Amino acid sequence: MPSQRQSKPLRRANPALFAGIAAIIGLSACGSAPAPEGISDPYEKQNRGIHALNVAIDRAVVRPVATGVARTLPTPVELGITNFTANLEIPGTVVNDLLQLKIGMAVQNTLRFAINSTIGIGGVLDPASPMGAPGKVSDFGETLHVWGVAEGAYIELPFFGPSTQRDALGKVVDYALDPLPLFIPKPAHLGLMAKLVAKISDRGRYSETIDSILYDSADGYAQARLLYLEHRRFNLGQIPSDATFEDPYAK
Amino acid sequence: MPNNPPRDSLYLTRRAFGAGLAAGTGFLAFALPVRALNVDQARSLIDRAISEVNATINSGKSEQAMFGDFERIFVTYADVPTIARSALGTASKAASAAQLSSFTQAYQGYISRKYGRRFREFIGGKIEVTDAKPYKSYYEVISTATLQGEAPFDLRWWVGDKSGRQLFFNIIIEGVNMLASERTEIGSILDKNGGNIDKVIAELNAT
Repeated sequence: MPSQRQSKPLRRANPALFAGIAAIIGLSACGSAPAPEGISDPYEKQNRGIHALNVAIDRAVVRPVATGVARTLPTPVELGITNFTANLEIPGTVVNDLLQLKIGMAVQNTLRFAINSTIGIGGVLDPASPMGAPGKVSDFGETLHVWGVAEGAYIELPFFGPSTQRDALGKVVDYALDPLPLFIPKPAHLGLMAKLVAKISDRGRYSETIDSILYDSADGYAQARLLYLEHRRFNLGQIPSDATFEDPYAK
Repeated sequence: MPNNPPRDSLYLTRRAFGAGLAAGTGFLAFALPVRALNVDQARSLIDRAISEVNATINSGKSEQAMFGDFERIFVTYADVPTIARSALGTASKAASAAQLSSFTQAYQGYISRKYGRRFREFIGGKIEVTDAKPYKSYYEVISTATLQGEAPFDLRWWVGDKSGRQLFFNIIIEGVNMLASERTEIGSILDKNGGNIDKVIAELNAT
């Protein structure tokens, strides 16, 4: 039994992956990537194709299910599911905090995970936030940014939606780096299910906003692209450079 | 040696005088172009705008009534003609004065309905000004929106007086720039209508 529990993390924590990460650390100059200017979208044609697919999936499946769920589930239940999923994602965030040498945030997020997993009944409640540990989500896309990797081209992923080359690679690595299997045996299905339900619940809760982007905009693709890039850069602390400041009063 | 101290002190006095003069001129140069807008005024403008938005979202009025309120707040506190011209982008240069004026009118209603729908999701929530600081030749007023069951988010307002009045001309929601988003959107509507501004105006009025 113990050997079985050990084998799983070993399989997930692939040595080749760590070698790859070490190579990236070696290659990239220290110091995070400079704030990008404008939008780089050389794959716009393919991206628009995937966007159309995502919208079709949303229209046919996700949106009807989500609005149904939002109507049926009482808000506290939805909030519980959202909290539960967010809690399962904390160990992955802590790994990235450490890779970014953000020790204080790693400690806060670890504390948050400990509090919410115990007092917060497995993460359904979030007592850590009012206790002064609101935490901050991170991912491997951000780690790459901190290591100096630029965001690359914009890409829209099937099912996942807007991303960049850097963030898409980050998503793959995050899945492999997730230390959750070290704590809970066989959490994959549980985590995946909760994540799916939380996504559906979010889709229902932000229904009007998402509808306005996907369906009410004259060009939903262009709006989603702009919103993703600006919001992502903001979350990474990238301040727009003076060159990109457009003065509406300039003659 | 005995001669040195007076020379030194004279020199020091001169230097101090020079420094004083330089500081004085600097002060004059800084003070002369009287700035009509300061950071406190920018902050208080947004404070007033937000308190009206808060009052509207918690008034329990119908959606239509709220849209009317938002339009009034928008016209009172925002530089609508500048925002409209910026949204139109380069097409604004080709537009006639009459077209620009009816576009501004149509845009004003359109944006009040569009952002009014978003603000409606703030019902039960609250927006509070937390900070204000100079930004370029303008001011940035920083506020936090707290919604039920969600992490607080960052809402920034750019305030200036280049229109002749103290007004805000941009809102940044968690890094998402309203002017940029609007230029993309109006640009798409223009493309869809073959660059015809009159058709765009008709479409905005119908949205």
